[in-house]
Amino acid sequence: MRVGLVCPYSWDVPGGVQEHIRDLAETLMDLGHQVSVITPADDDTVLPSYAVSAGRAVPVPYNGSVGRVAFGFLSASRVRRWLKEGQFDVLHVHEPAAPSLSLLAAWSATGPIVATVHIANPRSRLLHAATPILEYVGEKISARIAVSEAARTTLVEHLGGDAVLIPNGVNVRRYEKADPLPGWPGPGGALGFLGRMDEARKGLAVLLAAFGILGPQRPGLRLLIAGPGDAEEAMEKVPPALRDRVVLLGQVSEEDKVRVYHSVDVFCAPNTGGESFGIVLAEAMAAGAPIVASDLDAFRMVLRGGEAGELFATGDPDALAQAAARLLDDPARRAELSAAARRAVRAFDWPAVAREVVQVYETVRLGGGSVGVSGR
Amino acid sequence: MTRIIVIIAVALLVGVYISWRAGRLDRMHTRLDTARAALDAALLRRSSVALELASSGLLDPATSLLVAGAAHDARTAAPGDQELAESDLTRTLRAAFGQPDFRASLAGRAGAAELLAETEAAAHQVFLARRFYNSAVTTTRTARRRWLVRLFRLAGSAGPPQFFEIDDSLVAPGSDEAAPPGVSRLAG
Repeated sequence: MRVGLVCPYSWDVPGGVQEHIRDLAETLMDLGHQVSVITPADDDTVLPSYAVSAGRAVPVPYNGSVGRVAFGFLSASRVRRWLKEGQFDVLHVHEPAAPSLSLLAAWSATGPIVATVHIANPRSRLLHAATPILEYVGEKISARIAVSEAARTTLVEHLGGDAVLIPNGVNVRRYEKADPLPGWPGPGGALGFLGRMDEARKGLAVLLAAFGILGPQRPGLRLLIAGPGDAEEAMEKVPPALRDRVVLLGQVSEEDKVRVYHSVDVFCAPNTGGESFGIVLAEAMAAGAPIVASDLDAFRMVLRGGEAGELFATGDPDALAQAAARLLDDPARRAELSAAARRAVRAFDWPAVAREVVQVYETVRLGGGSVGVSGR
Repeated sequence: MTRIIVIIAVALLVGVYISWRAGRLDRMHTRLDTARAALDAALLRRSSVALELASSGLLDPATSLLVAGAAHDARTAAPGDQELAESDLTRTLRAAFGQPDFRASLAGRAGAAELLAETEAAAHQVFLARRFYNSAVTTTRTARRRWLVRLFRLAGSAGPPQFFEIDDSLVAPGSDEAAPPGVSRLAG
């Protein structure tokens, strides 16, 4: 199948949407499909062989921050040319409500169009002036995919209609192997956490309280924390005597993130709610980390009801401390959980996810026809 | 006896002077209110024209969506967020107008020249109205700092007027592109 993928954001800026499109494109090619990606990119960016630049992205105020998107009649004509030359069987646009290439492509194209919505949009009120544009684009889209329940809600509000939920893939290969950070996990054992420190629902406070219980009992135990946020504020929640055993890495690079998962004996996901999927959990599973996680519905599903990781009563530091202590004392159980996690995460691996996406492509192609360019 | 007359006369004169100063300050506040009303009207006009441009079908859909979103946000911003939202509208219009060959691409389209001219005129009016308002703020703030005004609380209990600080230039600072007539350029 010839697939045209449209990326709305600049390829040279790291971001979840760009990463998703790269992984999807490469996996589709592994599965034997022909893929072309059109994306905004700086002139000096080296693009992979399957990607085409639609020109430089321009920073503009968008949704309360500055977005780097490509718009304007020049971008529009480049997209039309790409559509014409590509002869695609399916056009797959990402984030079609963003003022960028995806909107332009869906506007110009005819035939089977699939749209994926990634981000839950905080803008709740629809724009009157923008409604006709989004309505027109919405009418042309044959199938919609949402990566999370929140994204699905946004899509329904913005473009109408319903969407199928296909969660983000995890590139298992990228997490499978890595060297632990120097000196970790260490002889006294190590607990780990990854996520924003200042976002209450990520539950760092629960973990710090649990460490307050475990720390005095286990003199060698350390806690490794990676993620952006106010370090001082986090440290204030740790009893002073234990502070030298809590290591805050702050925001880490992609490579170091993988190493963090491999640097701890027990990885903790103490989230108190709001997770639709738990990408961090899936990454930790791909790395084979023994996991202790809150008993949220989403986590229970990802961890197969506790088979691929221990669950504890959400928000309860005592329960977390007990569960972590049990695992720290039982290397055999840790190895068992690690193997189970690696098995369970395959359901979220890119090949599995891409196959679901291909099913969507095949369904919209049943209607017949291929991608063309409309007269306007 | 003469001494009493002199004291009364001086007190009277001081009273008249203070009330004259209070009147001056009052007129200053009136001018400030008028300038603010003019600024709000100019901002409203600009966001209306921007919305009209966005829904005119002259621009490509992505640019339309950007301009419509920025204009909508500027119109509905809470008082604390207004300066940021209006600056965002300026930057969005600047990005739209700043596309290479933007004017050439619209040349000959029905109504395009008029709508572009109207948008630029509205943006220039914001530029003017903001300067007049800020200058009224400056004079009022200076007058309010005088010891006499402070001693007799002639300015009342309201806080000092605030400057309205936004990015209001349709031409990017440092751009060597000549500003078309009627398009404002930031001084300095």
